Amino acid sequence: MAEKEATRNAYGRALLALGAENPDVVVLDADLSKSTKTADFGKKYPERFFNMGIAEQNLIGTAAGLAAAGKIPFASTFAVFATGRAFEQIRNSVAYPKLNVKIAATHAGITVGEDGGSHQAVEDVAIMRALPNMTVLVPADGTETRQMILAAARYDGPVYIRMGRLDVPVLYDDSYRFQIGRANVLRRGRDAAVMANGVMVAPALEAAEELAREGLDISVVNVSTVKPLDVDTIVRVAQGVGAIVSAEEHNVIGGLGSAIAEALAEHHPLPLERVGLKDVFGESGRPQELLEKFGLTRKDIVAALRKALSRKH
Amino acid sequence: MDKDVLELKRMANRLRQDILTMLVPAKSGHPGGSLSAAEIVTVLYFREMRLRPQEPHWSERDRFVLSKGHAAPVLYAALAEKGYFPREELLGLRQTGRMLQGHPDMKKTPGVDMSTGSLGQGLSAANGMALAGKLDKKDYRVYVLLGDGEMAEGQVWEAAMASAHFKLDNLTAILDLNGLQIDGRTDEVMSSAPLPEKWRAFGWHVIEVDGHDVGALQRALAEARTTAGRPTILIAKTVKGKGVSFMENAVGWHGAAPNAEQGQQGLKELREEAVHLG
Repeated sequence: MAEKEATRNAYGRALLALGAENPDVVVLDADLSKSTKTADFGKKYPERFFNMGIAEQNLIGTAAGLAAAGKIPFASTFAVFATGRAFEQIRNSVAYPKLNVKIAATHAGITVGEDGGSHQAVEDVAIMRALPNMTVLVPADGTETRQMILAAARYDGPVYIRMGRLDVPVLYDDSYRFQIGRANVLRRGRDAAVMANGVMVAPALEAAEELAREGLDISVVNVSTVKPLDVDTIVRVAQGVGAIVSAEEHNVIGGLGSAIAEALAEHHPLPLERVGLKDVFGESGRPQELLEKFGLTRKDIVAALRKALSRKH
Repeated sequence: MDKDVLELKRMANRLRQDILTMLVPAKSGHPGGSLSAAEIVTVLYFREMRLRPQEPHWSERDRFVLSKGHAAPVLYAALAEKGYFPREELLGLRQTGRMLQGHPDMKKTPGVDMSTGSLGQGLSAANGMALAGKLDKKDYRVYVLLGDGEMAEGQVWEAAMASAHFKLDNLTAILDLNGLQIDGRTDEVMSSAPLPEKWRAFGWHVIEVDGHDVGALQRALAEARTTAGRPTILIAKTVKGKGVSFMENAVGWHGAAPNAEQGQQGLKELREEAVHLG
């Protein structure tokens, strides 16, 4: 796992490939194209790239109009502004008419780091998940991001893709096949399971390794599609273990942990511990230090697994 | 009177009758801003726009975005007259399970090009359609009808800046300047004047026009069509509630449907006008 790549970088590269493959793909940004990595698409396909300036509401509304006229727009900005500033445009101009807009947001979560809590979306998945017609995707690494972007372009309908600023370990090789709505079981175990997404998948695998040395057998599932949730896989994995831990770089309210809790409560109740932000905003700091401060590390997943296992009947 | 003008005035009168006819059974809805836009919508749908009602998704069609989505009844009346759906549907306005929603819904109603209703969002969508038209080198035009109360929405100005920035001369906006909004007179609730100067400052070609003069509207739309390199807005002075005496310039008729008796009274006035138009 030596190799690292930020999901936003993978996004920028995926857009270039997509631009060559599909002339209907257009990209919009709101003056953050160097950070969201859409700038390279803009250089290569200037006629299909629209910098909308610092105007997120119009960014999303314009994307909706392009989609209504048959284009496949990818609209990018930071996750805070995409889902916050432009929420109602996403709701009424994109999700309600089920238009083919891809909201490809970067700089999600506390790993934004130094810019601080104003710029760290910890609620975006909850907001997007609550919208009818919306698909919500959170890639774990660059490989998955590339596949996700291609899958989102092929799918006809609104998609929210949540990407990060930070370099994260490459978990998948090119043989991996992402499918919307399909969770990926990375490791099978009998004692407990971690269901994670985004930057939390790598520490989930490390946590499983650590506990394996103690003889505990831990499943790890990458739930990169938060909606539609792969309830079948989640329930099947849950049936084979005694306890579950969810792990996300997001508020524990409304995101992946909530989605899993809902699925388990309805289909297969068992002890669940949620690793995530405990209903607090982030702050300035180095990403790694923030992950430690807010309890989003391998150690926190291990502790949650122990707690969940102790609740096992 | 010129034959064409007479014909269009008759059609605007028909749309007004349809508006009242559908609002009475709906028991809620927005007559004032629907009636004020009757001539604008008439000229667009019966002269200006290139359409195929039997093929609502025809890729070469001109597009219309009703940004002031609460005026849906006037759009529905025009779409029914054009044959996008049976006229009987008008009587199902706002009722459960029917195609005519309280605000325009592109998924449910044939001929509706964009779902609207939340004010301030229509011009952005129209910009997107106009950008797509330019990219595809198609010659369709995009029309968007804005309300004057809506001018308080910040997104309108984000979008106005972008239309000029991208030189969207295939886009024409029409502002239904009826001077009233839910809470009162627009200049009392939130002043947006001077609107012609504001739109000019945002890079638009501005034409001020009487929004009830079908001839003037046609000439203004023709001027918009031949204005290159920048978008055009028609600032159309109108009377809210136009055509129904007790609704004209009455703020209370923004969002209240007429009861059966009021509906009959309004229809009586409109039928008298129709007789007069011959």
